Amino acid sequence: MYRHTIHHRVYKFADLKVLLGKASPYRSGDELAGLCAGGYEERVAAQITLADVPLKNFLNETVIPYEHDEITRLIIDEHDTLAFSQISHLTVGELRDWLLSDETDCRTLTAIAPGLTPEMVAAVSKLMRNQDLIAVAAKCGVVTRFRNTIGLKGHFSTRLQPNHPTDDPRGVAASIIDGLLFGSGDAVIGINPATDSPAAVSNLLNLMDELRYRFEIPTQTCVLSHITTTLQLVNEGAPVDLCFQSIAGTEKANASFGVNLSLIEEAYQATLSLKRGTVGNNVMYFETGQGSALSANAHFGVDQQTCEVRAYAVARKFKPLLVNTVVGFIGPEYLYDGKQIIRAALEDHFCGKLLGLPMGVDVCYTNHAEADQDDMDTLLTLLGVAGCNFVMGIPGSDDIMLNYQSTSFHDALYLRKVLGLKPAPEFEQWLMRQGIVDEQGNMLPVREHGLLESLR
Amino acid sequence: MKRNIPHEIEPLKALQEFTTARIAIGRVGTSIPLKQSLEFKLAHAHARDAVYSELAVDKLTSSLGQFCVPVLHLHSQVTDRRQYLQRPDLGRRLNDASLNLLQDYRTENDVAIIVADGLSATAVNENTKGLLDALIPLLSGNGFKLAPMSLVEQGRVAIGDDIGSGLNAKLSLILIGERPGLSAADSLGAYLTYNPKPGLTDESRNCVSNIRHKGLSYKKAAKKIFYLISEAFKLQLSGVELKDNAGLIAES
Repeated sequence: MYRHTIHHRVYKFADLKVLLGKASPYRSGDELAGLCAGGYEERVAAQITLADVPLKNFLNETVIPYEHDEITRLIIDEHDTLAFSQISHLTVGELRDWLLSDETDCRTLTAIAPGLTPEMVAAVSKLMRNQDLIAVAAKCGVVTRFRNTIGLKGHFSTRLQPNHPTDDPRGVAASIIDGLLFGSGDAVIGINPATDSPAAVSNLLNLMDELRYRFEIPTQTCVLSHITTTLQLVNEGAPVDLCFQSIAGTEKANASFGVNLSLIEEAYQATLSLKRGTVGNNVMYFETGQGSALSANAHFGVDQQTCEVRAYAVARKFKPLLVNTVVGFIGPEYLYDGKQIIRAALEDHFCGKLLGLPMGVDVCYTNHAEADQDDMDTLLTLLGVAGCNFVMGIPGSDDIMLNYQSTSFHDALYLRKVLGLKPAPEFEQWLMRQGIVDEQGNMLPVREHGLLESLR
Repeated sequence: MKRNIPHEIEPLKALQEFTTARIAIGRVGTSIPLKQSLEFKLAHAHARDAVYSELAVDKLTSSLGQFCVPVLHLHSQVTDRRQYLQRPDLGRRLNDASLNLLQDYRTENDVAIIVADGLSATAVNENTKGLLDALIPLLSGNGFKLAPMSLVEQGRVAIGDDIGSGLNAKLSLILIGERPGLSAADSLGAYLTYNPKPGLTDESRNCVSNIRHKGLSYKKAAKKIFYLISEAFKLQLSGVELKDNAGLIAES
C-alpha cells in the first residue's frame, strides 16, 4: 500500500501497478481501461508518492506476476545487479534528478542501462516533463550496424516505406526509387506487405535485394511479414536481411500476435546465421506502440505506457538494428489528440533509449485522431532535438496501403537541414557518388539516373 | 497565380503511372510544393469532415422504408462524437431506450439489416440506398425473411450483433461508415454475423469493404454480400471459417 496526504485528504494506492497507472500523464487509453487518476490532484498525489518509491522495490514487486508471464521472468532473470549497483540506493524521484544532472553522461547512461527494468524507466518518465524526456534522451547514444551505421551523434536516418495496396512490384519499386532520389532509406527499405503469403513476400524481398545489389546501396531491406513467414523464408534461402516482428509488453499480448520469446529466439538465430551484414550483425527490427496490450485485452491492469516499456525488454534481448514505436497508428481511443501522441512518442523514445535500444518513431496519426500535419511537424522537430535514430519516409506522408499519415521524404530533408544532421555515413557517401546530394549534403536537381532506367 | 516552379522533376514523373502514392511531387527547398501541400490538406479536410458528419435521418428513413419492413431509430450508449472516438466500448452497446424498443419487434426472421454511422456518416448517407436497392431484391427473391431495419446513431460494428440478437434474427448485416482515408472519405463497409449475439469479436464476422461510387460498385458488393449470406446459412456459421470459395471476394 502506498499513500500520500494533501490537505487532510489521504490518497491510497493499493500497489505499484495502481500507482503507476494513476501517476501517468492523462491519455484516453488509460481512461478506457479505467486505470487513470480520478482527477488532477490525485494524479499529482500519485506522482509525489511514486517519487519516493525506492528503485529496489521494483525488483520485489512485479506488476504482472513472475509465475504468469514470461516477460516478467525475462525482466527479473536477466536483471544486471552489477550495473544496478550504481543507482540501487536511489528512489524514482532521485533517479529523475540523477538522469538530468550534468555529471550523468552518455557513458554513464550506457553503463547503467542493463541495471534498469522497464518498470523503473516507465516510472521515472511519469515524473518528467517533455523537456526532461528530450534532455536525457539527447544524452543517450545507441549505435547499431548491419550494412551501415545507424544512430551516430549528428546523424539521422529514415526507413523508406514504399507500401502499395496490392504489393504491385512496379508500384513498390516506383516509391523506392522516388525515395532513394530524395535521400531516404538508410535505416532500412521496409515494406508492409498487403498479404502475408510466403510467395508474395519472397517476390518483394527479391525485388529489393536485386535493386540494392545492382546499385550497391549500403542499406538493408525488409518485408514486415509475420515472424513465422520470415523464418520459413530464411530456411528456404530467401534474401532476408532483417527479421521483423511486432511485439508487446505482456506474454498474452504477444500470444495475440502469434509470438513468444522462444519463437523470436529461433528466428533471431536463423537470421543471424545468414551473416548478410557487412559492418555489423544487428538483424532484428521490432515495432511497438502504446495501447497494443489493452487492445488485445491483455494488459492485466497495467497502464499502457508501462506495458509499452515492458515490450522493450523483449526487444533488448535480441540486439535489434531498429526499434520503431508506431505511436499514432492505434487510434484516438488510446491516444486522443496531438498532445497525447507527442507526449507518448517522447516517452517511448526516452524509455527505449535509456534501456539501450536504437529507437525510431513512426511520427503518425489516423484521420479519426485530433491531430494534423502541424502536430507531426512539432513532434518530428522535438524528436530530432532528442536524437531520435530514425523516422519513416513515405511519399507525400500518405501511406496508401495502411491508410494513415506518417512523415514524408521531405520531412527528413527538413529535419536534417534545420538541425544540421546527416544520413548514415556509408549511405551519405553513396548519395554523393550517385549525384543525388553534393559534398555538403544538399539535394541536387533530379537528372536522368540509372534507378529511373531500372523501371523501364 | 505565378509561383516558383518546383525543382525539375520531369524524369521522375514517369514513375507515377505505377502507383497512386504521392511520388514525384517535387520540392521547394526541402519542402513540399504549395499545390501538393494544399491537395493533401484538402483530402485530410474531407476525411475530418466525414468523421464529424451526421446521418441524414429523414432521407435514410424514407429509403429504408420502401422495403416494407418497420424502420427503427436506435442509439448507442455514446452521447457525443468526442466520447464516441474515445470509448469504443460504449459505441458497441445500445442505450436502454433502444433496447426496450427492440423488445416490441422481436419475431422469427432471417436477416436483420442495420445501418450505422460508424466513422463516416457521409459514406452511409451516400451509399446505403444504392446498395440496398441492389441487395434487397436478391434476399427477398430467394426467400430470406427480413427483420425490421435499424438506423443507429454513434454505432460501432459490434452493435449489429446486439441488435440482430435482440430482433431474434439468424444473421445480422451491418452497413457502416469506414474510417476515412485520404483517398476516400465515403467508403461503406458491410459486416455480417451468423447467429449474432453480444460479445462476439471480429473473427466471427465477414466483411465486404470499400463500397462507394469509385470503389466496389453497389451491384458487385450486393452480389458478394448475398453470396456470403447464402453460404453462412448453408454452413450455419460466419467469420474465419466461412471461406470465399467462389473467388468472389478477391475480385474487387
